[in-house]
Amino acid sequence: MSALNPGTQAPEFSLPSTPDQRVSLAEFRGRPVVLAFYPADWSPVCGDQMALYNEVLSELAKLNAQLLGISVDGVWCHAAFAGDRRLHFPLLADFEPKGAVARKYGVYREADGFTERALFVLDAAGVIRWSFVSPVGVNPGADGIFDALEALTEKERGL
Amino acid sequence: MSLRPPVSEQDHAAGSADAPLTLVEYGDYQCPHCAAADPIVRAVQKAFAADLRFVFRNFPLTEMHPAAEPAAEFAEGAAVQGKFWETHDAIFAWSRRHGPPSLGPEAFAAIAVNLKLDVQQLEADVQRHRYLERIKNDFNGGIRSGVNGTPSFFINGARFDGAPTVEDLSEALAEVLKR
Repeated sequence: MSALNPGTQAPEFSLPSTPDQRVSLAEFRGRPVVLAFYPADWSPVCGDQMALYNEVLSELAKLNAQLLGISVDGVWCHAAFAGDRRLHFPLLADFEPKGAVARKYGVYREADGFTERALFVLDAAGVIRWSFVSPVGVNPGADGIFDALEALTEKERGL
Repeated sequence: MSLRPPVSEQDHAAGSADAPLTLVEYGDYQCPHCAAADPIVRAVQKAFAADLRFVFRNFPLTEMHPAAEPAAEFAEGAAVQGKFWETHDAIFAWSRRHGPPSLGPEAFAAIAVNLKLDVQQLEADVQRHRYLERIKNDFNGGIRSGVNGTPSFFINGARFDGAPTVEDLSEALAEVLKR
């Protein structure tokens, strides 16, 4: 399985973000979206990665971009994790059927039962413009995300 | 992964600009790993002496470490009073001795008295967030350079991905020095 390449229309999805809310990719059409697939809530590297992304939300907003974290953890686990780490962006639960969205993006690890540590930057039209799969144990940082967003034209950023 | 922006006179640097090695750390004053890394950096500085310039840039993870940004503002205020490195070391030493959660106004006040800093000036600077923009610029530069956690080190502009130990840092520095 390999991650969807730039130039591909990002597959639609609708996933729960809390016990009583769902988030659809289509809601963000008209602005760039950063999808951050990560293996698991609470594992040390993911924690650092999500904590880092939590600190760049205002910089992402300047580029009109919305960040969505996605893992196979359930909504209650996400709620506890987001509360503990004071995260201010949605964590989506690719929980049932497990990893279905990750599979669509080519970033599900069958043998492990969790997703790759994968990043996708989508433009305002929902086209994948950049993707990156990091080794599971390595926090990819945020520089690639910002490089990809800044390479978009204002129109592609929905501005 | 390379350093953006490059080291300049705006940076807090210990050692000569002519040194063949420049080690840059992106650090958070309330991060336990950064506190642990501080004596390691000192040991490396001692070992490489005149061959090494050390630069510290702020990378406060404000949501996880509520005292990180105030600590950075405090250290920046002390820098203007000519005591950046003393203050930098004192904050990390405090954190190692009393634990990172104990950092806050009382710790800063005690450090200020110890280092004979102008406390009134410092408090005013921190309250007015006089150095916050500089700290945010450090942070954003770190993001663009590929900082993925704290501490993150760069050797002559390239990210160091080894463990922050005296052995690994020294080995990597010696390798670059040989080139």
